[in-house]
Amino acid sequence: MTPVSVKLYTDDVSLLMVLIDTNPFFWNSVKSALPFSKFLSHVLAFLNAIVLLNQLNQVVVIATGYNSCDYIFDSSTSEGQTQRAEHLLQKLEDFVNKDESLCREDSVDGPGFSLLSGSLSMALCYIQRVFRSGPLHPHPRILCLHGSPDGPGQYVAIMNSIFSAQRSMVPIDSCVIGAQHSAFLQQASYITGGVYLKPQLLDGLFQYLSTVFATDLHSRGFLQLPKPAGVDFRASCFCHKNTIDMGYICSVCLSIFCKHQKKCSTCGSVFGQAPVQDSSTPDRKRKTPMDA
Amino acid sequence: MADKQVIKRAKYKSSVKDPGVAGVLKMSIERFVFMPNDPKSTTKLNVEFRMIKGHKFTKEGSSKQALLNLTQDQGGNYIFEFDSFADRDVCREFVANAIAFHAEAGRVVPDKSAPPVNNEQLSREETERRIKLLQENSELQVLHKQFVYGGILTEAEFWATRKKLLDQNDSRRPKQRLALKNEMWTVKPLSDGQTNRVTFNLTPEIIHQIFAEKPAVRQAYLNFVPNKMTEKEFWTKYSRAEYLHSTKNVVAAAAEAAEDEELAVFLKRDDMLANEARRKIRRVDPTVDMEADEGDDYIHLPDRGLLQDEAKDVLDSQYEPYRRSFSQDLNQHAAVVLQGRLVDVELGDTRTVAEALIRTKQAELSDEISNRNLERKLSDRISRITEIEDLQGPRDPAVAPLSIKDPRDYFDSQQPNALKALGDTGSGTKSFRSRVSPREAYGSLRDIVSDIRVMGLSEPIMNQEVALKVLNGLTQNISSTKLHLGNNPHESVLDRLPKVTKEELMHHWTSVQELLKHFWSSYPITTKYLYAKVTRLKDAMSQVYPKLQEIKESVQSDFRHQVSLLVHPMLQALDAAFAYYDADVQKRSGKSGERPNGSV
Repeated sequence: MTPVSVKLYTDDVSLLMVLIDTNPFFWNSVKSALPFSKFLSHVLAFLNAIVLLNQLNQVVVIATGYNSCDYIFDSSTSEGQTQRAEHLLQKLEDFVNKDESLCREDSVDGPGFSLLSGSLSMALCYIQRVFRSGPLHPHPRILCLHGSPDGPGQYVAIMNSIFSAQRSMVPIDSCVIGAQHSAFLQQASYITGGVYLKPQLLDGLFQYLSTVFATDLHSRGFLQLPKPAGVDFRASCFCHKNTIDMGYICSVCLSIFCKHQKKCSTCGSVFGQAPVQDSSTPDRKRKTPMDA
Repeated sequence: MADKQVIKRAKYKSSVKDPGVAGVLKMSIERFVFMPNDPKSTTKLNVEFRMIKGHKFTKEGSSKQALLNLTQDQGGNYIFEFDSFADRDVCREFVANAIAFHAEAGRVVPDKSAPPVNNEQLSREETERRIKLLQENSELQVLHKQFVYGGILTEAEFWATRKKLLDQNDSRRPKQRLALKNEMWTVKPLSDGQTNRVTFNLTPEIIHQIFAEKPAVRQAYLNFVPNKMTEKEFWTKYSRAEYLHSTKNVVAAAAEAAEDEELAVFLKRDDMLANEARRKIRRVDPTVDMEADEGDDYIHLPDRGLLQDEAKDVLDSQYEPYRRSFSQDLNQHAAVVLQGRLVDVELGDTRTVAEALIRTKQAELSDEISNRNLERKLSDRISRITEIEDLQGPRDPAVAPLSIKDPRDYFDSQQPNALKALGDTGSGTKSFRSRVSPREAYGSLRDIVSDIRVMGLSEPIMNQEVALKVLNGLTQNISSTKLHLGNNPHESVLDRLPKVTKEELMHHWTSVQELLKHFWSSYPITTKYLYAKVTRLKDAMSQVYPKLQEIKESVQSDFRHQVSLLVHPMLQALDAAFAYYDADVQKRSGKSGERPNGSV
């Protein structure tokens, strides 16, 4: 095998990090709509297509499990050169076993959450390693094939990953195969300049994947890809969950409140002297007390 | 200013060369009138100042005539010659004010009440600066015209909020000081060829430079003159020393110095300079690495830099103090020139110059001695730069760690809106609420994986009808969003509005901002003056409402919604101001009647 650095990378060579959702509770809940076997066959065909598109294209697959995540396939390693699907399936089976052994719960309500933050971080780490391998490297992008609902507890970690991807100019594409939209992935794709897609016909998943997500980043400039109509960045307050346009923000942890609080309910910071004035004044920006 | 007049005797000329027609020039803020002395002459002028665009004038002090040239709007100009520069300057100033006045007011004819009388007496520079700012910034000019001439704000109030602008403008023009000549003074001996006489020419300027560059000479001058020798003797001796140097005969110089004690002072190397140099070297940033940029100049190349012939002659150590290298002189000269002129004294008296120079040097020295923390700063800098990170202890944690109890809240604050934007109703969540044991779930997943491993993938993975459907769906979706968003998703709403509407909106924004800024800054109302100002502002603000309504109605129905969205925040801000005003008025009237401005 030729060493990677010798190969001449042109701008249409991709490094595709595919994050596949292997949350068993999710797959159990969508058995009828999209069985895991069907999903796998579509994805494997898509991965083959990517590798065929350009000889230098590289594909890395990370399984996003319920308790853990792991690399399950890397086309650049020697075992990824032949019998790709076999290796991937073997690793996937090992991963499922390992993930199960980590499970501490007796029963899980609903589809549960998969560890998206973990697999995003792993993908970014891998990309960083590629970046540091030398001046010539394939153009990386991340594709999330995700179905589980968003896990609120992972919010901070996922947002951090998103911003880190944005900084390294790595687009995060998302293909949501679950029943609901994912706010995380919508933000991720919007912020990093990737494509967010929720296929309507899950039977044609391969068609969606190959039409929207197969092209390299360079060619994307010439294509019209699905675009969101816009992202609503308005926030709801932490106290009443109301959507607000203007409010108070904790200067320490950036929690949002619709009314003035003495103490931040999220991080416990105690706020200083508030403007002592009658509440009829709608002007919130004024800080100095006005005592006529 | 408006009713002032200037009447001067002047000559009107059609060109600079023209001898001119003598007459009387009468200037008022509106116009200037020229009446020739000869009543039969046809060259009468009556020109309005608003037709005049600029003015030029000749420099004073030159042998030129005192001319004033007024440039007209449509080309063409009026040239006047005055009897004296003083007369000219009075007129020039008047013209400058008049032009600025008209440029500022645009075509508005100022009536008596329009430019509000400002009780502060502005300096000429201040006025000019303001006028200049207005001319440079058209937006500011519009605001100024609207509010100051509209009588809503006084001139002082308008500028009070823009002090920064004025200051900035001011700091851009530091007073320029004349430096020493960038000419290295080497006494050029003028020999007449026949006799052995050599003549040196010294001017006060040159002496100043010598004193600045050679502290030893300065010191010697203060010591010797006039007690030991006359000024002339001193400079003769100095010139002799310079001459010896210029001959480069070190041995001869040493011999002469041995004979004459005073001459030796000039010939020996300057100790004061050396001290100062050492002092400066101590202050050089210790982290500067001279070797690092060794290759940056051309000295290491052959045929570059100074000729090193001085190093060739080997001398006894006793002659060493009498050697002076050209590069030393050059460096010293450069340092002095860069330092600039330190003293502002008349160059005539040599002694005062020398004393003044000494005083500045001493002041510098004492500054430095008192500046002990300079050394501390230096050592701080060294330790900071040469710090080895691995060996440093952990920095003291001046910050409290962030402790977020439940990051879930952040998610909740974003999720509902995001999903709403995506058109997700969230009803799908409830469809599968089944409890599954991990064993079962993992088992089925494992079975599927091993099934595929054994059986292989199902063929074909997808039938063609579905593929076509997907493709059609995607195409439709993409074309519809494209239609919806327009070609350029980054295009702002404003750009799509008609240009007039856009400009009008922007203008109202800035004026509303200006009004609100003044309104809020007047609170709390403590004086009658502030009360009057707030009332004025309130009236002005109430006039904005119908104008905004007008804009809304003037646009086509397609844009009406967009415009009303843009206008809405303005209205809100104004409403807030009015609400506060009303509340304040109520509070005042409720409190007591003793306040004179409490009753409306």
